Amino acid sequence: MAEPAVAEKATIILHSGDMDKLYSALIVGNGALAMGMEATIFFTFWGLQRLRKGGLEKGPLSKMNLLGLGRWMIGRRMRQANVAALEKLVRDYKELGGKIIACEMTMEIMGIGKKDLREDLIDQYGAVGTYIQEARDSKITLFI
Amino acid sequence: MAEIKIDVKGQTCPVPLVETRKALRRAAPGDIVVVEGTHSNSKEEIPMAVRALKLELLGIEERDGVWTIRIRR
Repeated sequence: MAEPAVAEKATIILHSGDMDKLYSALIVGNGALAMGMEATIFFTFWGLQRLRKGGLEKGPLSKMNLLGLGRWMIGRRMRQANVAALEKLVRDYKELGGKIIACEMTMEIMGIGKKDLREDLIDQYGAVGTYIQEARDSKITLFI
Repeated sequence: MAEIKIDVKGQTCPVPLVETRKALRRAAPGDIVVVEGTHSNSKEEIPMAVRALKLELLGIEERDGVWTIRIRR
């Protein structure tokens, strides 16, 4: 494909473990890839919880979660609107060449081992230096 | 040269854009990808992606709320 030799890049820090914010990160990441950019999402702190085995769809709603009731209602509305599941978005993201970095410090603080995480999705385990190297030549950087 | 059809009718953001990109990656140079959908923003955004990827937009048609976009890889 006639793409530029060095693609432009989008780098996202996902600090939040909220379901709606994970959607934002994956939609922006997929959008960047679809428009011909490279994309990296750095999963840290609460965001890393979503990479735990079985954790992808478990995030609460960032507002009006109402002990899960708000989340359930929004989830129903999203299904009615035919919004893609997070598992599909993350698989598409990987298929289009998106990169996922897991924060090692978070793993240490929270006692999370590699075996606890979705190793099938993770390209790299890194710290702040890895993020900066990714971000320094990125056209788009976001903190979610 | 193959023609690859993808149907994203009823799908919403970002699926039409993502499925188009997936099809373009699988296509060989010269192949034609035909995308059929109903999500109105995607009708504008898929051509933007085609330009960003420096591919050839062959045409956009719309009938009864269903648009068809043809792209040559």
